[in-house]
Amino acid sequence: MEKIVCVLCPMGCKIKYSVEDGKIVSVEGNRCPRGLSYLEDELKEPKRIVPTSVRVVNGELPLASVKTSKPIPKRLIPEFMELVKQVQIEAPVKVGDVILKNVLDTGADVVATRTVKRVNSA
Amino acid sequence: MRVAVIGAGVVGSLIARELCKYDVEVLLIEKNLDVGWGVTKANSAILHAGYDDPVGSVRARFCSVGNAMYTELSRELDFEIKRTGSYVLAFNDEETAVLHKLLVQGEKNGVPNLSIHDRETILSREPRINPEVKMGLWAPTAGITEPWMVAIAAVENALENGLKLFLNEEVVDFEKQGNRIVGVITNKQVHRVDVVINAAGLFADEIAKLAGAEYVPLHPRKGQYILLDKKLGNTVRSVIFPTPTEKSKGILVLPTIDGGLLLGPTAEDLPSDRKNDLTTTNEGIQSVKDFVLKLVPEIDFSLVVKTFAGLRPESPQKDFFIGKSEIVPNFVNAMAMRSPGLTAAPAIAKYIAEEVLQQQMRLNLTTKKGFKPERKGIRKYAELSLEEWQRAVKENPSAGRMICFCNEVTEAEIVEAIRRGARTLDGVKFRTRAMFGRCQGGFCMSKILKILERELKTDASQIVLKSPNSWVVDGKVRE
Amino acid sequence: MKTDVLVIGAGAAGMAAAIAAAKRNLKVVIAERDEITGGILNQCIHNGFGLHYFREELTGPEYAERFREQLSRYTGSIEVLTDCHVLKLDRNKKALLVSPKNVFELEAKVVVYAAGARERPFGSLMIPGDRPSGIFTAGVAQRLMNIDNRKVGRRALIVGSGDIGMIMARRLTLEGIEVVGVVERLPYPGGLLRNVIQCLKDFNIPLYLSSTVVEVKGSERLEEVVVARVDEQFRPIPGTEKSFKVDTLVLSVGLIPQVEMLNGLVTLDKRTRGIACSNTGQSSNEWIFAAGNCTAVFDLVDYVTKEGERAGEYASRYVNGERFSLGVPIVPGENVMLTFPNYYNDVDDLTLYLRCKKPMEKALLKVGGFEKTFEDLIPSEMIVVKIPKQKLSNLDRIEVKLEEV
Repeated sequence: MEKIVCVLCPMGCKIKYSVEDGKIVSVEGNRCPRGLSYLEDELKEPKRIVPTSVRVVNGELPLASVKTSKPIPKRLIPEFMELVKQVQIEAPVKVGDVILKNVLDTGADVVATRTVKRVNSA
Repeated sequence: MRVAVIGAGVVGSLIARELCKYDVEVLLIEKNLDVGWGVTKANSAILHAGYDDPVGSVRARFCSVGNAMYTELSRELDFEIKRTGSYVLAFNDEETAVLHKLLVQGEKNGVPNLSIHDRETILSREPRINPEVKMGLWAPTAGITEPWMVAIAAVENALENGLKLFLNEEVVDFEKQGNRIVGVITNKQVHRVDVVINAAGLFADEIAKLAGAEYVPLHPRKGQYILLDKKLGNTVRSVIFPTPTEKSKGILVLPTIDGGLLLGPTAEDLPSDRKNDLTTTNEGIQSVKDFVLKLVPEIDFSLVVKTFAGLRPESPQKDFFIGKSEIVPNFVNAMAMRSPGLTAAPAIAKYIAEEVLQQQMRLNLTTKKGFKPERKGIRKYAELSLEEWQRAVKENPSAGRMICFCNEVTEAEIVEAIRRGARTLDGVKFRTRAMFGRCQGGFCMSKILKILERELKTDASQIVLKSPNSWVVDGKVRE
Repeated sequence: MKTDVLVIGAGAAGMAAAIAAAKRNLKVVIAERDEITGGILNQCIHNGFGLHYFREELTGPEYAERFREQLSRYTGSIEVLTDCHVLKLDRNKKALLVSPKNVFELEAKVVVYAAGARERPFGSLMIPGDRPSGIFTAGVAQRLMNIDNRKVGRRALIVGSGDIGMIMARRLTLEGIEVVGVVERLPYPGGLLRNVIQCLKDFNIPLYLSSTVVEVKGSERLEEVVVARVDEQFRPIPGTEKSFKVDTLVLSVGLIPQVEMLNGLVTLDKRTRGIACSNTGQSSNEWIFAAGNCTAVFDLVDYVTKEGERAGEYASRYVNGERFSLGVPIVPGENVMLTFPNYYNDVDDLTLYLRCKKPMEKALLKVGGFEKTFEDLIPSEMIVVKIPKQKLSNLDRIEVKLEEV
């Protein structure tokens, strides 16, 4: 039996599993069904939610915190970060605003997680 | 007539200010980015009574006189002193005999009101002291102050009275004509001068050597300290010394001017090529901890706020080396300002101006009309009455924005500190006491960085902590 | 100026308390010394908040926004004062409030203190060496990077493998700052395993367990950090020193409840070092209630919200004339490092929080007549149990024990 820790939520369930011919034949330890899909992804194409920031123009603050709406492939994270660095959005920004749709064709959006009010710049 | 003072520590700053009382052009040249950042920045901050100096020494000549001058000086320059008094504690008969020697020595040195207290009196005044104490030498004129503030205040006042200040500028050589100095060569320019006063702290012997004048060889004497939370500020009310030894005054327990508790210093003689060694060591800090428990048995070390080290310029003679040079006629030394340098500084400044320059060097300086002796410190809004503070905030809203919560420092005070010359994080810290408290800048540092950025119209990546390469933050996360 | 309830601090605990009091139709003033409400949540841009309370996983700013929205629904009853620092609180329930708008005295019928915690600073660790620039506590680094848009350095070492330390390791790495390692003095990671994976393993950041910083070098900016292995008493082992050439040191070495303003007004618990409270949120002073990290340092903000709501509720009942006794003391027993609350009043069931003293594979929690088995316990993960009051009746002191199985 092999072991991984699910990172989808703070519970951090320790999932024990075994694989035969590349197929998962037994799973135990996950406290919800998402743990199973986490295991499948982790063995095939590990995915992570990425929290980061984007530049805000004409806002009360220079940055808005954002996150991917769902986990994206780990291997795409460096490319993702390069993309995010180029983004500039205009204030006002509201929680939930979609900043980038279907980023890198992953099916995940980049959404704002904070509100940034507009300032009237001189 | 142009006089250059080298070194803007407490000695150099007070000399420069004193000279501004005359019709001379005064230049103050300092190699650090701000005043008072050498020896002045890290010491015990004590105004010594003066019983500890050998009769007839230069120290004895200036210590008790300087001590007395602090009352008027602190009023004129608006910095804080506290006459806490001091105890030298004896734990056995041998040590008690030393106390009596100190008493006699002190009286000969002109120290007023010295007396020896018994155990009962000591413990009634200082209940936290080790009950095994036998006797104590009580010196009511001893006190504490904020050493860098003395330098800052003196320089601010001198600037108002015509001083020319050169920061971030290091003296590298002298231009001479015959025996006389005609120019002070720094890493930035050459200053034409008529008189040079050497108050260069740890490096004063090197400066004197460059000038071709007499000097005493200086080596750094490291002192390590432990600073504890204001919660322990009432541990002792006065400065507590152990009985001194041949080597040093010992490791002390004393209150700080802003209500904290200070322990230290050690006394470690370092070779002269380590004048920049300000490191603390495990052995040093442990020795402070071990030693102070003999004086005050219960100290909660979980309340330590920080540890630090300072260096004193020590000479083989263990005495100040002050006076005009016989070799270079327009060069004056004020060096080897080890303990009680801070205490003696005002008296030395007066001596240099009135006796050395005026009398011995016969410069015939006239006193300046319109010299402004008083300087007002940065207004501390948290000390105002409610009505005064309300009025102040109506006029200036930033007087109501608290930035440093630990020490109750408002944005208005920080802006004023910048207006008065603070260009670095430490510059703000030493002028306002922001970042000095228990959270050590945890809440306010990022805000102070932004205020500096705004007021100096610069980018945060250009702001330093204390020296040219002590950058604080790098570029932006997102351009 | 007068009000019913003064809430000091508009972080998670304070906002929850203010909303709870407003729901009971009381007049509330909530004073926040930062420019916006939300407290530390505003800079915690990572996921991990709200799983229990909202049944969804949110980032810190999202969690704060939910409560900000609720606060705004009560503008009639809740006056939110930001950029407003409470300088003093005296025995006569009078507080001195200082803001750029005004400096004034506020008299309240009850106070809910929710001032949170501060970080243990570098200086208090007494690490020998220099005192250069480039040394940050994790919260400061987080604020600089996430709010102020500033990179803290180029090459960093992180001390403390609690969640904050590990999260900062990832944050720095994602922004192009090289993280050479995370140093932890315990023999196991201090935070959630989840973070060991998604913050350290994912980025190949080495975790140096049983290690500590023994020297810091750099006369201006940080240049070098020396790390050594430690024994079971956390003493450095000579000869195990390893040098890291870094320009940035990020410290996540402990949170300390901020209680200084209430000096002389309330008693503190020796173990949590926070304000000693009953399960009603009441302190030893009947008109001062407290909640959040200023009472004990919590793991999850969801718990802080619950405690804030509780304090707000009971503070309101106090205003309406109800009086509560502190109750019987709750005392940490075998294998228990600390407990919160510190007293139990049987007005309600008890939600008990505790931390174990050492890692335990399996342990039986015993509290009064209540028992429950737990597995895989570590001190950095708080245990939370709800104990019905019947299990706690007729006790003049409640001892909390963890018997190793």
